Amino acid sequence: MEFESFDDAAVAKLNDETAIIYTLDMITPVVDDPEVFGEIAAANALSDIYAMGGTPWLCLNILCFPTCSLPQECMKLIIKGGLKKIDESGAFLVGGHSVDDMELKYGLSVVGRANPERIIKNSEAKPKDRVFLTKPLGLGIIATAIKAGMCSQSAEEEAVEAMRTLNKEACEKMIEAKAHAATDITGFGLIGHAAEMAQASGVNIVIESEKVPFIKDAMEYAQMGLIPKGAYENRDYFSQYAEITIADADLEMLLYDPQTSGGLLVALPQSCDFPYPEVGYVTEGSGKVIVK
Amino acid sequence: MIVDARGLSCPQPVLKTKEALEAIDEGIVEVLVDNPASKENVKRFAEKMGCTVEIEEEKDHFRLKIVKGFTCEVPTFPSSNLSGKVVVILSDSMGEEKELGRMLMKAFLSTIKEASQKPKKMLFINKGVLLTTEGSSVIDVLKELEEMGIEILSCGTCLDYFNLKDKLSVGKITNMYDTVEELLSCEGVVRI
Repeated sequence: MEFESFDDAAVAKLNDETAIIYTLDMITPVVDDPEVFGEIAAANALSDIYAMGGTPWLCLNILCFPTCSLPQECMKLIIKGGLKKIDESGAFLVGGHSVDDMELKYGLSVVGRANPERIIKNSEAKPKDRVFLTKPLGLGIIATAIKAGMCSQSAEEEAVEAMRTLNKEACEKMIEAKAHAATDITGFGLIGHAAEMAQASGVNIVIESEKVPFIKDAMEYAQMGLIPKGAYENRDYFSQYAEITIADADLEMLLYDPQTSGGLLVALPQSCDFPYPEVGYVTEGSGKVIVK
Repeated sequence: MIVDARGLSCPQPVLKTKEALEAIDEGIVEVLVDNPASKENVKRFAEKMGCTVEIEEEKDHFRLKIVKGFTCEVPTFPSSNLSGKVVVILSDSMGEEKELGRMLMKAFLSTIKEASQKPKKMLFINKGVLLTTEGSSVIDVLKELEEMGIEILSCGTCLDYFNLKDKLSVGKITNMYDTVEELLSCEGVVRI
């Protein structure tokens, strides 16, 4: 496995039938409800396995908990939320570790399995592939609006629903559709993860911005400056790989918005059947993301 | 009012700015932030609220001057090459020698059409109203100037005096009150 290809998790081939996919991810709270936070953090960690076409198998909890400032009940609810998603994925919770910490963080270390021949990397996108995105963007902006106390209930509900949704079904569909390449959209935003895929695959990826789905009200909050710092950092770093041909600076920031438990970005062959929004296509090129 | 949002992370600087702007109907709020993300976010927020923003980069922070409520005067003239000046014309003749003076006046008015900086208004006072009324040889020229956005105004008292009130052929009638207001508030007066 070439780690230079910015892949989502480590892969070890055990034999011709089985490869192990190994990952760890943890996050700070994005919502107030501890059980929902547990669900989102677990879905976020499991996503790395799905992004590679694998099946989650074994999970370990990792929890940093401020025992002085939060009740024990809160910890139980977080773990309960996490377990709900682990069960839904078909994996097993086999242990975990917690430490006392100033700031709450929760996540999972996950071992997944896959046929080594069928692992989907981010480095195999081919010119003429069609590019799909399985969840709407704007999750970082909505989380900022929630922190600011300025988020509408309907936008918060839509974002929570997107974040707690496992990428399990999207993964199954992309395997059926014979995906060439995939990655999950997390901290680097759509442009950042698309740039990694373009770089690893030695192609250009064209994003047709008017086709990209967004969480309700996310554009409104972007215009109001409720944009997380990470989005600006993504722009500062990834703009070297991006050709932005749109004039809307707020829309551009949405495409750099860091996602928590975001969707899969999938490159599929021309004749595919994939029930998610198509947001662009692959061309020959040298690792650029072109935003139209 | 100064809001010091240095050391705060998103979305706190935006919330502080929101609070400060909501507390006033009109005025200037200065917000200090110490990182580019907060600078852009506060600017976005203020502009979304309809305020104007100026940003100054200081030693280790940014100062955003947010102006709320004051509206800029919208220019009423269509052409952008109008200056704020007013031309006052007190006679139908430019200078004492009448025949020469009338020729010069006609040439003067025609040349304004070509000038790079045109006056916003022209006030015709005393015998100046002979130029804006029937029998004047410069009506067409004045109509062209009016079409360019220059206001052509004739003194009402003067029109009465010369019995020309129903003979006005271009522009509008004005009174002494408006004349005084105009002359004292405009950028400059050119007296002919």
